[in-house]
Amino acid sequence: MNSALVIIGLAIVIALALGIAARRGHDMTLEQWTVAGRGFGGVLVFLLLAGEIYTTFTFLGGSGWAYGRGAPTYYILAYGSLAYILSYWMLPPIWRYAKKERLVSQSHFFAKKYDSPSLGALVAAVGVAALVPYLVLQFQGLGIIVTVASYGSISSSAAIWIGAATVTIYVMVSGMRGVAWNAVVKDILILAVVIFLGVYLPMHYYGGFSEMFRAIDAAKPGFLTFKPTGQSVLWFQSTVALTALGFFMWPQAFSAVFTAREERALRRNAALLPLYQLILLFVFFCGFAAILQVPGLTGGDIDQALLRLSLKTFDPWFVGVIGAAGVLTALVPGSIILVSGATLIANDVLRGLKPDLAEDTVARVARGLAPAIVLVAVYFALTNHPTIVNLLLMGYSFVTQLFPAVLCSLMRNNPMTKAGAAAGIVVGVAVVAYVTMTHSTFVSLLPFLPDKANDINIGFAALILNALAAAAVSLATRPSAVPAASRPG
Amino acid sequence: MGGLQMKAVRWLAILPFIGILVGTAFVNQVEPLVLGMPFVLAWIVGWVVVGAGLTAVVFAFDPANAKPEPERDGGRP
Repeated sequence: MNSALVIIGLAIVIALALGIAARRGHDMTLEQWTVAGRGFGGVLVFLLLAGEIYTTFTFLGGSGWAYGRGAPTYYILAYGSLAYILSYWMLPPIWRYAKKERLVSQSHFFAKKYDSPSLGALVAAVGVAALVPYLVLQFQGLGIIVTVASYGSISSSAAIWIGAATVTIYVMVSGMRGVAWNAVVKDILILAVVIFLGVYLPMHYYGGFSEMFRAIDAAKPGFLTFKPTGQSVLWFQSTVALTALGFFMWPQAFSAVFTAREERALRRNAALLPLYQLILLFVFFCGFAAILQVPGLTGGDIDQALLRLSLKTFDPWFVGVIGAAGVLTALVPGSIILVSGATLIANDVLRGLKPDLAEDTVARVARGLAPAIVLVAVYFALTNHPTIVNLLLMGYSFVTQLFPAVLCSLMRNNPMTKAGAAAGIVVGVAVVAYVTMTHSTFVSLLPFLPDKANDINIGFAALILNALAAAAVSLATRPSAVPAASRPG
Repeated sequence: MGGLQMKAVRWLAILPFIGILVGTAFVNQVEPLVLGMPFVLAWIVGWVVVGAGLTAVVFAFDPANAKPEPERDGGRP
């Protein structure tokens, strides 16, 4: 066993201890387990929102895309910034409504707003479907980190199992409280590691940022700008717009918002979090630095770029520190996702079917479901290897389908009916699923469009059809048009 | 600070959307490097910083943020 592995193992043990210690002094009721009693102040909400946003996706996926794709990786920096600006107006009304109605989950929010438990269950199902790829990518990231840092002596499947067990244990013990304390440790560590690497690697190998980018531009002309076709500017624009709308539609984003003690914390974060976003830049620099130093990684292996370059550059103990930071970026968001997913199934789907279940029972079922969800994610992590960014884009396409219904529900007179909301979501999700399975493009769906339209993120087709279906069904089921008794729900 | 001012100020928030979603099409180039970064990357970074600044301005003008902090409740028993 090398020193890198010792340090990574230590990080996992400390994360576990912190998670268990965080439980002290709190009875784990459902509201405690899922939204920590709604008692977190600005700083912890900041860390939770940040913790769930800066994940393995950022650390390995962001650098991997900079290494393998070049300019398209810039989109990761852009969409968060626009999403935070939207959040200034969007999150406070969601929080106020949730506090008034004592909601603990996103699908609860839909069920109450649209007065339809079945819509709540539908939203919960969409949420779980989107969370699975997100959880898979955290486990896949864990596998990559531990395998590379152990110089191949621990297989990636063993690493995935170890990480999955850790997440499961501390989530079952302390829920959201355990996550928040680990988020503090993780954020400090990842900040330090990423900024150091992002400055050191370009300086060490190229003598500066300008020199590095000039060298890449000379070796791979066109790599640092958007291409004329494919992942072009049009792709960037449509992907940024789409993912900015979907940013806060994740079930766990609602959970993080609900932990706030007051709505001002959410507005303050809208101004602060975009700056935190800039650490992504240093992640990109690591990926760019790797291009000419560890060439030859292709396909799913581009996610290893940052770690491979670290191996080449540093002593094992420091590779261990980098690996430990990486492990935490997978464990913390992984746990948040897991709490959200388990709550969704227990509190929203199950309680939707059997409304008379006691709160204790729901809390116990939610905790019991965590290992089952982990097993599903581990299965996919062991069998499937698309790149990390692609996994996330798929999850995004799913959750973005909830945006029209959320937006309408925040209006003073909601123009959307519950049937309209359900129709829109079903159509949107069906289109995403169809497109993902058949690898369709815009022009293959709508042949009369010019070829250029193929660059548009296909998620837009789903969102547009979603909005059209919602509008049509809402018009047909307006309370004035149909007698109340015959309205579907 | 009044609600009218807030109404005017919040239009500032639209600028980053124009800068990133529209502006990027016109700056898709490597040179000149800015702070060592390709121009199109520096453009996006610039808008992230400006966007945070504008949101901070909106926050300062928003009368909803001027109310005193509510009593802590529902937290640690």
